[in-house]
Amino acid sequence: MSRVLAAAGAEFRIALRNRWVTIAVAMMALFAAVLSAAGSAPTGQLGADKLSVTVASLTSLAVYLVPLIALLMSFDAIAGEVERGTLPLILTYPVARWQLLAGKFLAHLGILALSVVVGYGIAAAAAFWFDPRAGAGLAALFRLTWTSLLLGAAFLGIGYAISAFARRPGAAAGLVIGLWLVLIVLYDLGLLAAVVADAGGTFTRAVFPWLLLANPADAFRLYNLAASEATAVAAGIGGAAGAIPPARALASLVLWAVAAFAFGVAAFRRVTP
Amino acid sequence: MLRISRVTRQFGSVAALSDVSFDVAAGERVALLGHNGAGKSTLMKIVLGLIPATSGSVSVAGHAPGSRAARDLTAYLPENVAFHPALTGREQLRFYLRMKGEPPKAAEGLLERVGLGHAIDRRIGTYSKGMRQRVGLAQALIGRPRLMILDEPTSGLDPVSRREFYAILDELAKGGAAILLSSHALTEVEARTDRIAILSRGILVANDTIAALRRGAGLPIQLQVAARPETADEVAERLAGVRVNGRRVDVTCEPDDKLDRLGKIAGLGHLVDDVEVVPPSLEDIYSHFSRLADRREGRA
Ligand SMILES: Nc1ncnc2c1ncn2[C@@H]1O[C@H](COP(=O)(O)OP(=O)(O)OP(=O)(O)O)[C@@H](O)[C@H]1O
Ligand SMILES: [Mg+2]
Repeated sequence: MSRVLAAAGAEFRIALRNRWVTIAVAMMALFAAVLSAAGSAPTGQLGADKLSVTVASLTSLAVYLVPLIALLMSFDAIAGEVERGTLPLILTYPVARWQLLAGKFLAHLGILALSVVVGYGIAAAAAFWFDPRAGAGLAALFRLTWTSLLLGAAFLGIGYAISAFARRPGAAAGLVIGLWLVLIVLYDLGLLAAVVADAGGTFTRAVFPWLLLANPADAFRLYNLAASEATAVAAGIGGAAGAIPPARALASLVLWAVAAFAFGVAAFRRVTP
Repeated sequence: MLRISRVTRQFGSVAALSDVSFDVAAGERVALLGHNGAGKSTLMKIVLGLIPATSGSVSVAGHAPGSRAARDLTAYLPENVAFHPALTGREQLRFYLRMKGEPPKAAEGLLERVGLGHAIDRRIGTYSKGMRQRVGLAQALIGRPRLMILDEPTSGLDPVSRREFYAILDELAKGGAAILLSSHALTEVEARTDRIAILSRGILVANDTIAALRRGAGLPIQLQVAARPETADEVAERLAGVRVNGRRVDVTCEPDDKLDRLGKIAGLGHLVDDVEVVPPSLEDIYSHFSRLADRREGRA
């Protein structure tokens, strides 16, 4: 454990010096602030408190931003060490590869937690400013925070696997951006197109829910929107997926977080320095 | 401490190592020599368990290379050692100490030992090449290693630091560490190691003490005779030597002829001012064994 913590400490320091901490926190804070400003106008009384509404829009924001930040932090984790030539030396130390990766993971997750807490904190503060009843949305905000970390964990693991697979930071960067586009943007568009073309057929009823669950970003959105009272406000793809039980979405998210890290370790094990 | 037996490593069609066997005992300093691409770094990586051998076996105090037990005992200094430029020397050393399970407090002492006390809190990105090499040395000294694998440890070091480095090495060897180091700086290796192993195109062509290699090579010895003024030509003629300049005459002879020739030189009496015996240098021995291997390969 002390080796994991040592690796985490070094990684966090490096991220701090490389301004990664600043960039991640600033990115989340900026988007949350913009989102609060845009949502500060009265949205027509829907009955929901301001914070619940904010959480719903934060969810849509997190689906894009959290995976992006996670991938941007993780793509360099192994490829960068290979490129700098620091990998052979550390691999002769009495430390397991999973311990090294766990250290990086802890540091990256910590940075993500920091940026998420700052970003959501800003949005929550704005909600409380405009609506004294905002306390009702605190549970949803809490849920959004820890599921964001699960989502981030899943994409960190995926990023490590890509980093180990690509061996070169440039190639790894290209791959993670491509993956982000596919999983976060194109995936939903594709599903939507398929659902429309299918017009309520067997695909929509039998296959579509599973495809939603299979994507960690969709599982994240499903869980938060289904559990939130403001589902209707930010429907998006949620309407068609109303039938999926939230527990399944959560299970998918947890599974992804665990499996992605295991996948990252497995890919790292195959790297010969 | 380290036993390498019949190690072969193939990179596609390139045979980086062919059937290499030798041992390094505790307290012994062995220099691994060889031309660029001879297979020195490859052999070290196999010993460390970083890459597998195609065939053959390595044992580190009875453990498999790369096993946890072997890694606990071993220190490594890679060629072209690199660190994260954003960390300071102290932070980097504390990291390595914790990875070896040692108290991180030792960082300061280690960095001072390699002469980096003044730059301890500067980022490694601002270090010179030699300073980075010293950080590499400092991390190799962590936790009294029993086996040290040093790949061109003195490259980039200034002459004074080289001397200091070999002094540290002597200390470690006295403490019972087995040391395997590669180098291209033959003169310093000659003076500071116990045994020489020479690789040529992946084949171990020599593995012995310098004295034994010198004897085995049977290379001619050079006698440099300083003649008195105006006598150089006469000296050269009577000794069948070569006049190098106005005063000096060089005579080459077989090792067995040495005393006989010296007697003849002494017999010249007042014609000769001084005589210097120059045994074949490590460079000569090195090229002898490398050429020998080339010829053997040419015949095969
Ligand atoms: N990863 C690799 N893939 C393919 N060939 C390799 C690899 N590593 C080493 N080789 C080849 O193996 C041979 C030995 O290389 P090695 O690095 O061991 O040489 P060296 O003795 O350390 O040389 P130098 O003095 O230049 O450091 C070379 O022909 C090299 O091209
Ligand atoms: Mg080398």
